[in-house]
Amino acid sequence: MSHNPNSIRTPLARVRGLGAAKSGTGHFWLQRLTAVANIPLTFAMVVIVLMLAKLDYAGARALVANPLVGILLIAFLVSAFVHMRLGMQVIIEDYVHEEGRKIALILLNTFFAVLMGLASIYAILRIGLGG
Amino acid sequence: MAQFQLPKNSRLTEGKTWPKPQGADGKLANNLREFRIYRWDPDGESNPRIDTYFVDLDDCGPMVLDAIIWIKNKIDPTLTFRRSCREGICGSCAMNIDGANTLACTRGMEEIDGPVRIYPLPHMPVVKDLVPDLTRFYAQHASIEPWLKTATPAPEGEWKQAPVDREKLDGLYECILCACCSTSCPSYWWNGDRYLGPAALLQAYRWLIDSRDEATGERLDNLEDPFRLYRCHTIMNCSNACPKGLNPAKAIAEIKKMMVARQF
Repeated sequence: MSHNPNSIRTPLARVRGLGAAKSGTGHFWLQRLTAVANIPLTFAMVVIVLMLAKLDYAGARALVANPLVGILLIAFLVSAFVHMRLGMQVIIEDYVHEEGRKIALILLNTFFAVLMGLASIYAILRIGLGG
Repeated sequence: MAQFQLPKNSRLTEGKTWPKPQGADGKLANNLREFRIYRWDPDGESNPRIDTYFVDLDDCGPMVLDAIIWIKNKIDPTLTFRRSCREGICGSCAMNIDGANTLACTRGMEEIDGPVRIYPLPHMPVVKDLVPDLTRFYAQHASIEPWLKTATPAPEGEWKQAPVDREKLDGLYECILCACCSTSCPSYWWNGDRYLGPAALLQAYRWLIDSRDEATGERLDNLEDPFRLYRCHTIMNCSNACPKGLNPAKAIAEIKKMMVARQF
């Protein structure tokens, strides 16, 4: 819809297009918020993974079952998956211009982030809550 | 998807090599500079080509614009480009010189190594040779409504502005709309139909930050858009390109800060 160089609409009509979406700042803010959150959370996640690497299976389960460790891991997963989804959406909007394909990819991007995030969190909760 | 390759009819071919000029004494000029210039004629069927010219530096001013005017006068009158003021204030002679967008009139030939390669501003429709179609670029400038908007009845004298507020316009009002910044921006290349681009956004900020303007909120409303504003990913090509030394990337960042500021 947006770019047909042979259109006889006036240049201003084409530039104004469908008008401002009146959103975008929420996306921008959340991307920065999760970026800031990811700094300490990624550090915590790396420390936890290094600790896990030294433990046997039972020890690893016990560590993840620790409430502080579990909450940190879940916080990392939420922040990282939200950040990933927002970033991927920007890339899709940048480079995919065919309207149908763009919407399909934005849907898939959201489904992927939500499913992977839920699966990861479910795994931690199951250990933490003794499933 | 974004196009990463030029369409078939836009791919470059090797063009004509024009004969070397004679000096004032009738012999071959000995202080020559090679120019490789993009040529495209809308009336022909052929692809764009790169023509090679030789400029007699003993007979020509120091700037790239001097050289292409020399070529047009002395070698090839069909070479087409825009120029007017020849001193960096009109913005007409913006083109891609030695791989960077700049004004031909303020770019010295001495600053460039090897043959001087000149192309039109990138990723714009070409009208002819070095002349790009800037229709959309100007419409984007118009879309940010670049004039003072007030609801308060106009005072008898001028709208007053404190010196400290006037200073906020420095680094913004000097923009000459040459389009060097916008056409250096990949986001503008891929999404120029919806992203306003650094030039229009710098102009938008010039009115957003003007203490006399009473439409700041509406101006922000009109930029509150994932494409119009937020296609800027801060790669700073715009600020590197600006031949006036302005900083469009900073102006865009300031707009984003205003957007966030009114949320909390």
